[in-house]
Amino acid sequence: MDFLFIIQQTLGATIGVNTIIFALAAIGLNMHFGYTGLLNFGQAGFLAVGAYSVAVSVMSFEIPLFIAFLIGILNSVLFALILGIPTLRLRADYLAIVTIAASEIIRKVARSATFNDLLGGSDGISGKFGKDFFDLNPFKSGLETSIIRFSGNDLWVVIVGWAIVAIITFLMWVMVNSPWGRVLKAIREDEDAVSSLGKNVYLYKMQSLIIGGVIGSIAGFIYALSRQSVQPDNYSTALTFFAYTVLILGGAARVFSPIIGAMIFWFLIVFIEQMLRQAVTAGYIPEWLIGVNQVGQIRFMLMGLGLMLLMIYRPQGIFGDKKELALDARA
Amino acid sequence: MFTSTFSASAALLTSVCASVSTVVKIRDLIKKGELLVVKKNSLNTISIFKKATYSLVFAIVASIFSFGVSLNSATAAQENEAVIYGVISDKDGIPLSGIKISAVGPDGFENQVATDGQGAWQIVTKATGAYEISIDEKSLPEGQGLTNPERATVKVSVFMLGIDLAIQFPIGVGVVKATRLERAPQLALDGLILGLIIALAALGLNLIFGTTGLTNFAHGEILTMGGIVTYYLSSSVGVPVIIAVPLSILITAAGAGWAQNQYLWKPLRKRGTGLIAMLVVSIGFAIFVRYFFLFIFGGDTEQLPEYAGQAGLDLGLLSITPKSIITTIFAIIFLILATLWLLKTKMGKASRAVADNPALASASGIDVEKVIRSVWILGAALAAYAGIILTINQGVSFLMGQDTLLLIFAAVTLGGLGTANGALIGSLFIGLLVQLSTLFIPTELKYVGALLVLILILIIRPQGILGKRERIG
Repeated sequence: MDFLFIIQQTLGATIGVNTIIFALAAIGLNMHFGYTGLLNFGQAGFLAVGAYSVAVSVMSFEIPLFIAFLIGILNSVLFALILGIPTLRLRADYLAIVTIAASEIIRKVARSATFNDLLGGSDGISGKFGKDFFDLNPFKSGLETSIIRFSGNDLWVVIVGWAIVAIITFLMWVMVNSPWGRVLKAIREDEDAVSSLGKNVYLYKMQSLIIGGVIGSIAGFIYALSRQSVQPDNYSTALTFFAYTVLILGGAARVFSPIIGAMIFWFLIVFIEQMLRQAVTAGYIPEWLIGVNQVGQIRFMLMGLGLMLLMIYRPQGIFGDKKELALDARA
Repeated sequence: MFTSTFSASAALLTSVCASVSTVVKIRDLIKKGELLVVKKNSLNTISIFKKATYSLVFAIVASIFSFGVSLNSATAAQENEAVIYGVISDKDGIPLSGIKISAVGPDGFENQVATDGQGAWQIVTKATGAYEISIDEKSLPEGQGLTNPERATVKVSVFMLGIDLAIQFPIGVGVVKATRLERAPQLALDGLILGLIIALAALGLNLIFGTTGLTNFAHGEILTMGGIVTYYLSSSVGVPVIIAVPLSILITAAGAGWAQNQYLWKPLRKRGTGLIAMLVVSIGFAIFVRYFFLFIFGGDTEQLPEYAGQAGLDLGLLSITPKSIITTIFAIIFLILATLWLLKTKMGKASRAVADNPALASASGIDVEKVIRSVWILGAALAAYAGIILTINQGVSFLMGQDTLLLIFAAVTLGGLGTANGALIGSLFIGLLVQLSTLFIPTELKYVGALLVLILILIIRPQGILGKRERIG
């Protein structure tokens, strides 16, 4: 077994692009679920809105990339309003069903042949729409050490990505420790009590939904840029559920937990997958039990099992406070 | 050039037939995003070159076949040109002459030809690139139309000169010519059947929600289990379908109903796990089970060996297969029995009492756990049968449950979460809506319509058609 390769892959994944994407998606969910108690199951939809906005703006309308980012943010605000207006007055599980339906609507419309010309159908959109971004890259040669490797483009995405994560985490810290943030937490604990104090609960929930959604769409920008392509099936409900796993792993309602959660999540996934893969290739695991092509399926099974066990045995995650995690405030 | 084209087309036909099974598999894979996963998985650099090669080959093969184009290297073509050609004949195989075919290609390439006396046409190209070949449907004789109206224009890629490409425009009874009024009865029937399938699954989901408060995201996987168990009993063990179906319902009711409640949800209820925490657990469980099915069953859609290619009965505007009639009749019987159970039996009444107020029910001597156990077993049995109907009529895949789950949720929300009759009405409505919406929107977007209605209903009447106001919180 090639342990150096496993270490390389695992370390690369722990601080890599996917970790950044999931950290941002989970920070958005932390705003919704951790601080406000909103059960948003459509975070993948927000990522898709961000990713597609950028790709379509640049590829089809030849809008400069940095204006396309603004369009993406605008669209995600719009998406949050459309989702929020009918559902934020309803019980938590209704919001869950509507948001999951909305994100599936986006994915199904994006992959339909009807809008093939604009959205690229099931193949999505590929092209050099991130050119303006990669032109700014001062590290074109990439990083090459014995334990960690990044190509030039990846290194640039990773550096900018972590900078964005740092800025957004700082903003989150400021927000949740402000009087505004305390109102959100109060809504999570007891909506009626907040209402009786004269606060407009609906408005606060809407603001939370919009802010978390915008953070999700920024994750979508990075998803699209890092691969220079947007593919509809990447934005399935599984993305949302794994973002939840990341959030719960770190501990909901903690500012740093999505980052730690994402790092541990990807560390474990890539480590286990590479170990399994190597073990199968080297013949430690017999072929009739697990084929090389089935390692990915085992990975998904473990991810599902992990989410279950985490929720059963340690719903507060690594850093969370069980008392603060009022999962049943509104159920 | 011309004669060789014809001699080659015979060879072509056999090659197409031989590759049909592969094509179907590849198409299924593409539908499920399996190929895309291979293509996109940037995490595994381990065999990236191998994968890239595979996916390239797959992509080429898939794109060629899924557009109905086949390669014909047997033709002795000239090195500096590629001929795109085909033969057009009507539904009875008689060649059609004078059908207009036009082509648009790179560098402003445009050409229009008409089929000759043998129904043959060809367009000579001298540059590689993407071409769009269109058939002028207006030039087809009365009563003839493309079997797939969305394929009036076919995109082909001439990637090498010297290799000719054949394109087929399958002609049949003009589907495109059928008016909305003529299509409506068939779609309504399909919608009704889909509605009954959804109703079977929704009833269980709703009963479980009513008695335990669990929004079960793993309910779709019960459908898949029912289908897969039937498939294994029928194809591997060799049990006749008529016996395999009740066996599968029993096995699924025991495994996905009794055992799931006994070993997963009952302990969680005992621990006092919150409802939203249980909802998240059900998501994790659904992912685990779904990929477990993929692991043991593979990614293909499989048909039961029995009754696979049953011909439909032609009833004028309607066409229905005998197996569909029988499975539907049983669906209605099971729904009636379940409703009678709810309304007339002691246990059914107790389950409604538990749904209404568990504490009060418990205080008045109802064994709440026993009620929940019955509800799980009944719900799983009904869902298993829903999966079996889908399996017998459309085949089974590991994604079957997931694909149906959102429709079930839509139906339940529409009818009113936690109400039994509401689920039935909501299901029939969603089934009809999904099918009838294809009169106005493309078939591939039919589920989108249903999901949009779900959101609209929540704006107008959040408690659903028969729901109670206090349930929406």
